[in-house]
Amino acid sequence: MASEVHDSGGATGYIVHHLTDLKIGEGFWTFNLDTLFFAGLLGFIFVYIFKKAADSATSDVPGQLQNFVEMIVEFVDTQVKDSFHGRNELIAPLALTIFCWVFLMNTMDLLPVDLLPAIASLFGIQYLRVVPSTDLNETFAMSISVFLLIIFYSIKVKGVFHFAKELVFHPFDHWLLIPFNLLLNAVEYLAKPVSLGLRLFGNMYAGELIFILIALLPWWVQPALSFPWAVFHILIITLQAFIFMVLTVVYLSLAHEDH
Amino acid sequence: MSITATLIGQMITFVLLVFFTQKYVWPPLLQALEERKKKIADGLAAGEKGKHDLELADKKAKLVLKDAKDQAVDIVNLAQKRATDLADEKREAAKQEGERIKTAARAEIEREIQQAKEELRHQVAALAVAAAEQILRKEVDINKHREIINNLGNQLGQA
Repeated sequence: MASEVHDSGGATGYIVHHLTDLKIGEGFWTFNLDTLFFAGLLGFIFVYIFKKAADSATSDVPGQLQNFVEMIVEFVDTQVKDSFHGRNELIAPLALTIFCWVFLMNTMDLLPVDLLPAIASLFGIQYLRVVPSTDLNETFAMSISVFLLIIFYSIKVKGVFHFAKELVFHPFDHWLLIPFNLLLNAVEYLAKPVSLGLRLFGNMYAGELIFILIALLPWWVQPALSFPWAVFHILIITLQAFIFMVLTVVYLSLAHEDH
Repeated sequence: MSITATLIGQMITFVLLVFFTQKYVWPPLLQALEERKKKIADGLAAGEKGKHDLELADKKAKLVLKDAKDQAVDIVNLAQKRATDLADEKREAAKQEGERIKTAARAEIEREIQQAKEELRHQVAALAVAAAEQILRKEVDINKHREIINNLGNQLGQA
């Protein structure tokens, strides 16, 4: 429901208000407290649940929680085994973390857009964005981390020399084409984190925006629109988490392969 | 909507989460899964083995049963044969006994006949002598003809 409590009036004010982070600091050293808080909280929920299941994990008949957790672990493990054939102790846990964390952050999208900001305003907090994955900082934090891992494993597996050689002599193996190869590879490598981060951000941002727009409509129209969109969004949030995970695994497995 | 230091904070959070997951969450869960997989495999193998054992035991039981049946048939056959033999023996014995009794009876009869003959002969002889005596009393002097009479009597007695 469109509350009329904003300082600058009208629909634009409402939208802008909803898309403004709770910030602290200036310039680059700005911290989006809401993103940090919710991402941290959701990450904590994820590791808490999974750690609890892991602590009581038995090979006997599993309980409810263990069953649920094992289902996700098995699902992620299958995905990783399907696309990654090397030996790497990090990739599967990484994929699990990405899938669950992104999924939980995306799930925040399904909460009514005004619920948490309204509660926060009772405590004097003016701005609050509850979906961390609609913050570019969040999605790029993950995609850049993945990018760094890609570089790290490329160098670790192939060696510095081989990796550098691949950068300059691939795909065209001729010294005249070195600059061209370099450019091509730079674009290829940079496209990975950018597309990874932007895809998740774009999907979530657009979804959130539509929820906000629906919230601007008269209250008797809202259920007819927000319900189908929310149902559809269940698919989107799962899909985006899945895509992020699978692409991470694929990129890392490419980093392990020789051309 | 700009890239700020939040990104660094998020990266730190991300790294911590991944580290924690890799260290404390993933290994025990996967170990439990592997163990269960092994347990199930073992259970299935044991089930298969049990089935196999059952089949073997079944086969063995059938063999034993067949053996027993054969043996039973043998025993019955033997008993039948023995019974037949026994009956034959008895019949033979009875036959022999009958024969013996018959022979004995015949011998007895023969003896009786002989005895009767002997008696008859004596009586006839005596009768003849008496008759002859009656006749001869008038015409034969006993003393005179004693030798002849005695001779005749002897001959009769011998016949």
